[in-house]
Amino acid sequence: MRDLSLHILDLAQNSVRAGASLVEISLLADPDADRLTVTLRDDGCGMPPDLLARVTSPFTTTRTTRGIGLGIPLFQENAELAGGGVRIVSEVGRGTTVTGDFGLRHVDRPPLGDIAGTVITLVVTTPLTPDYVLCLATGERRYTFDTREMRAALVTVGLDAPEVVAWMRESLREGIAEALPGLAAEVDVTRL
Amino acid sequence: MKTIAELEAIRQRTLEQVGMRKEKDDVVRVVVGMATCGIAAGARPVMLAFLEELQKRGISHVQVSQTGCIGMCRLEPMVDVMLPGKDKVTYVRMSPEKVSRVVAEHIVNGRPVEEYTVTFAEKQGQ
Repeated sequence: MRDLSLHILDLAQNSVRAGASLVEISLLADPDADRLTVTLRDDGCGMPPDLLARVTSPFTTTRTTRGIGLGIPLFQENAELAGGGVRIVSEVGRGTTVTGDFGLRHVDRPPLGDIAGTVITLVVTTPLTPDYVLCLATGERRYTFDTREMRAALVTVGLDAPEVVAWMRESLREGIAEALPGLAAEVDVTRL
Repeated sequence: MKTIAELEAIRQRTLEQVGMRKEKDDVVRVVVGMATCGIAAGARPVMLAFLEELQKRGISHVQVSQTGCIGMCRLEPMVDVMLPGKDKVTYVRMSPEKVSRVVAEHIVNGRPVEEYTVTFAEKQGQ
């Protein structure tokens, strides 16, 4: 995974498969503490303690086709390389919260990537459920994207309608520039 | 700034056009592999390219969705295209550049792009 937005897309799939009705994603930048915290919280089926204890191993998966799952191990590796780490809290029937800490200015901290593309991909491929909330913040500068508010305004029109996708693209672009100005302006050297 | 009020305006406009929608059995399904392997191989740009191409051409009878890993990770990004009444066609090693051809030749004109399919890749021993 080359950037944070791809990790988020990947980890959110776990929440979708856990039957979540709400997936909350937040990226909080704290320049004073030199910290960037990425959190995914869902209200899906959760994990029993024995699975939770094994979940950072690449040889753990709930998939039945073969015994390998790389999403969480890759996220953990990138967080640790960037002077941080991953914490997972989970309770059966309540949901799971995955938190990744990264050194904001650490040279190995993955770039932000295309957060708007991740959110649009999630919403369009799962337009009925779950709902998604995205919170971005640097100090007082904040942006919130909430599909529950969108649904209330759209009533019977789907979140995957082309005009709605165009609205999301623009709203996310503005929101990312407002709430994560430093990260949004970074040049991703891996793509040059 | 984008506002929720704009979504209400979109709703009004869309509901006026609703009579023009095609029937449900005319729906084309596009399914993008979106597990860790697919994402790492570039499934998201492929998915976004489909949305963009369909929007550009004003095609509304296509439903784009996702699936997990089907065990051919080396051939990701993979995309299934299902036309009503036709067999499923599986495309492998997709890229945003390949998407416009699949939309034009397969979804619009009904002729699968043979050289992008899994059958073709396997015949080549890839």
